[in-house]
Amino acid sequence: MRKFLQKYLKYVVLAAALAACLYGASRGEMNTVYHKAAAICMECIGIG
Amino acid sequence: MGKKKLSTRRAVQALWGIAQNAYLPGFVTGQIYEGPLKHFCVPGMNCYSCPGALGACPIGSMQAVLGARRPKFAFYVVGFLAALGVLLGRFVCGWLCLFGLIQELLYKIPVRKLAVPAKADKALRYLKYVFLFLFVLLFPVILRDEYNVSFPYFCKWVCPVGMLEGGIPLLILNKAMRPAAHFLYAWKFAILLLLLVLSALIHRPFCKYVCPLGAFYALFQKFSFLRMEVDADACVRCGACAKACNMQVDPLREPNSAECIRCGECVSSCPKGALRFTFAGGELHRTGAKSAKKV
Repeated sequence: MRKFLQKYLKYVVLAAALAACLYGASRGEMNTVYHKAAAICMECIGIG
Repeated sequence: MGKKKLSTRRAVQALWGIAQNAYLPGFVTGQIYEGPLKHFCVPGMNCYSCPGALGACPIGSMQAVLGARRPKFAFYVVGFLAALGVLLGRFVCGWLCLFGLIQELLYKIPVRKLAVPAKADKALRYLKYVFLFLFVLLFPVILRDEYNVSFPYFCKWVCPVGMLEGGIPLLILNKAMRPAAHFLYAWKFAILLLLLVLSALIHRPFCKYVCPLGAFYALFQKFSFLRMEVDADACVRCGACAKACNMQVDPLREPNSAECIRCGECVSSCPKGALRFTFAGGELHRTGAKSAKKV
């Protein structure tokens, strides 16, 4: 069982990760990332 | 005497660090890049408020999505990082992180190194998971102001990368920002200074004890496609690999330790070529000890 999990778990996790990434992109999360990244982050630079 | 040679890893670290911060006008005008590449996360810790940054910091991005006025799970960022993690484990830490490179270069300063006691070191290694789960994942969701907006708590209170890459250059380039620097700026500057000093004494202290991104990638290391394997027949148990490891990993006991950043120093140090990296079962590279001293 352990060897089976070790062998196939990575493929399942990779598929889930890619699906999650695409799902997140489809519901506009990339725009949220953009709006944060394209403006100076005052908290990050120690101002806000 | 061995000839000093720029290692492949060092070259990749430097070139990738330059490539992800290649927006040169930012270093002249003090204005950050606002183009479409900022929709995409870079794989390592690189502040998106660096004047040259072309991509988005994944840790900052995760907090931004989780802390939005209408909070939602950060499927895009978590999925991206999980994909990288399951493919490469902590390879990004060893090869694609600019702040990791900076720490390694500082460690080359010829001062007496600090040996962290084993028990303290072991306990402190769990601290980065605390930063990941509390500051990055939980606080942006539950700690909100009256407008239901949250903040990037790790970026705000802890992250030295933002100060080094964003806070210092932006205040040098933008005079108008300087009066706004008060307690928080001093606090973050102090944290940055502490980590830079510690980096001369301890190898990669931020990576070992603080970095939430390293903690995230470490979750996948035990079953990632990129693995290290030991050839038990070739190994003579000389201990050269453990001695070469700056992350205090014993590759013989734990070749896929969550603390291994896949730098390959152990592979290069093995006199019998008993260590190798594999990807999806196929061997990548196996070397014995090299006579040329690497930078």
